[in-house]
Amino acid sequence: MTSAARSIKHQSFVIERKFDYDPAVVFRAWTDPGAKARWFSGPPDKWTEDVREMNVRVGGRDRLVGRFVDGSESRYDATYFDIVTDRRIVYSYEMHWQGKKISVSLATIEFVAAGRGTKLILTEHGAFLDGYEDAGSRERGTLSLMDNLERALGGADIRRGAA
Amino acid sequence: MALDSLSTTFAALADPTRRAILGRLISGEASVTELAEPFDMSLPAVTKHLKVLQRAGLISQGREAQWRPCRLEARAMRAAAEWMEPYRKQWEQRLDRLDEYLKETHKKPRRR
Repeated sequence: MTSAARSIKHQSFVIERKFDYDPAVVFRAWTDPGAKARWFSGPPDKWTEDVREMNVRVGGRDRLVGRFVDGSESRYDATYFDIVTDRRIVYSYEMHWQGKKISVSLATIEFVAAGRGTKLILTEHGAFLDGYEDAGSRERGTLSLMDNLERALGGADIRRGAA
Repeated sequence: MALDSLSTTFAALADPTRRAILGRLISGEASVTELAEPFDMSLPAVTKHLKVLQRAGLISQGREAQWRPCRLEARAMRAAAEWMEPYRKQWEQRLDRLDEYLKETHKKPRRR
């Protein structure tokens, strides 16, 4: 679909999560390769890891390549921009699926001491490219984002302005 | 499949009357008559809106009671929210695993 071919969808979200451990412990789980490998991956039941590289320093890069059960390949490439020990990590990452670039995102991770634990605040700003706003979990094609939105808005006249 | 049902969901949400009905149902189930009350429209017109919401899976109507209460169905709404925030779900799952990992490797979380 032409409308999907060069589309961009921008999207931001924030997730806050409380952990019963010090910021130092939670920060280590993000920066120690062995620790991060234990939880940072694709869905374990649907995805297997092929390549994992980590280099946590400003300008350093991470790479994670894997394969979904349907055989399709995912590739994650990240670059660190800012690292403050036990406090925050700022990085960008791009996602490829089947060799196609599907998204570019900026992620900030904040580790805030809260009581005896840590409040983790994850903020992402993403640009989703060419209709891959679902990170490739369905085949690209029949319906693009714009088609979808147009169809949705066309289904009822919102310009009527009632209520 | 999933996309078609998303289209149905967003089409159902693209109407102020139907959003107002959903807003009312957030505070609990209600009969058709109760739902119609705030609107200056006929009961059949309200019923038509309810049918759209029902087809989209956003509400269900009980059979048990005489007054057949309408109630909110969370699933379709959640699917719509996930579509708007594609990577959120993946992150939620990862952070679940991070929590499990911390609990496994650090036996004693410090209690508050």
